[in-house]
Amino acid sequence: MLRVDVEKQLGEFSLSASFSSEGRVIGLFGASGAGKSSLVNMIAGLLRPDRGTIAIDGEIVDDTAAGIHVPTYRRRIGYVFQDARLFPHLSVAQNLDYGRRMNGLAPDPAQHKRIIDLLDIGALRDRRPGKLSGGERQRVALGRALLSKPRLLLLDEPLGALDEGRKLEILPYLVRLRDEANVPMVYVSHDVAELRQLATQIVMLKQGRVTSFGGVKVLT
Amino acid sequence: MFEISPAEWTAILLSLRVAVIATLVATPFGIALAWLLARRDFWGKSVLDALVHLPLVLPPVVTGYLLLLTFGRRGLVGGFLADYLGIVFAFRWTGAALACGVMAFPLLVRPMRLSIEAIDRRLEQAAETLGAAPWKVFFTVTLPLALPGVLAGMVLGFAKAIGEFGATITFVSNIPGETQTISSAIYSLIQTPDGDAAAGRLVIVSIVLAIGALIAAEWFARRATQRLHGN
Repeated sequence: MLRVDVEKQLGEFSLSASFSSEGRVIGLFGASGAGKSSLVNMIAGLLRPDRGTIAIDGEIVDDTAAGIHVPTYRRRIGYVFQDARLFPHLSVAQNLDYGRRMNGLAPDPAQHKRIIDLLDIGALRDRRPGKLSGGERQRVALGRALLSKPRLLLLDEPLGALDEGRKLEILPYLVRLRDEANVPMVYVSHDVAELRQLATQIVMLKQGRVTSFGGVKVLT
Repeated sequence: MFEISPAEWTAILLSLRVAVIATLVATPFGIALAWLLARRDFWGKSVLDALVHLPLVLPPVVTGYLLLLTFGRRGLVGGFLADYLGIVFAFRWTGAALACGVMAFPLLVRPMRLSIEAIDRRLEQAAETLGAAPWKVFFTVTLPLALPGVLAGMVLGFAKAIGEFGATITFVSNIPGETQTISSAIYSLIQTPDGDAAAGRLVIVSIVLAIGALIAAEWFARRATQRLHGN
């Protein structure tokens, strides 16, 4: 599903990570500054590796030796950021529809309804992002990413900006997503409890290096 | 008492036409340049930035004279345009529009540039992850979010264009009905013995237009903040 073997120098910090996974939810675990976000940004194509390869679903999207770098918008990934990043000038409904329109996909009412119901965001459709709570925003961001029909969903600390109560409110949606949405995910977090609940495989990062890789039990 | 004569109307309408055309033609260039200055680093950027601001600090008569040298009948560009495309600027209202556009350009670009700089680039990244090619990102995210600034720039540019005097009169002279704008009409009127009343009326029209433009620009700026906060 996902194969990563990259090196990147970011100022003083050097990142060198290699792993390959067929897991449904790859949990990328590490303290802040361990290089998790940089790694995810490379998978997304927002950051270009200095050396190495990245393959998503068998397609090579980065290969520095062969000079391949597929731009972000052609990678068919979904990305949920810590800060939601909904478009403030569009309504919730327009935000949700954005990826479908940009990819020129035909409307898929069945999928649309399934995801809206799964995330419980039907009632928010006509609202503006500025009028949503943090938790609602994050659910809409999830829906927006999923509705672009990605082959891989990247989640970079999607609960990081929420307080404890809100986290518990969103977590069940993520579990349902994992079990029902059928999209493989890379889930970035520094929270052991979160990853225990969600991840099927763990990549542990420490100061830019992969220190362990395996099942959830590596989270001791 | 406040009766505007046909001759004054001619000047007012000509000014409006000149300013509208100048603003509309300058806007796409203004947006492109604002984006370039806000987003790209390239060799000669500071020179380009200075060049754009030049009409703001140069004596208008110098700008007008340079326009005459360049776009006049015997000018390098003007001769070419006249011979091959039939476009003549010298002593025509189109020349007035060109002069006003050049003079208004720095004021037009500035709010556009500021509003593009204020856009959260992470929103553009998000658009890209959703499958939007760079030009689609520009038209669906960047430009709509910058729209209040774009409109504010257009309003300010329009206000500057409608009041432009020095460069216009130097480049295209002061021909009633062809190149005599409100400003040059006032200039002529205050030099004629009985022109005070007519000049006074045009002065009032100018003040009303200028204040209206400032209010509009302020309103657009407030809309911009609201938009960026997603309300």
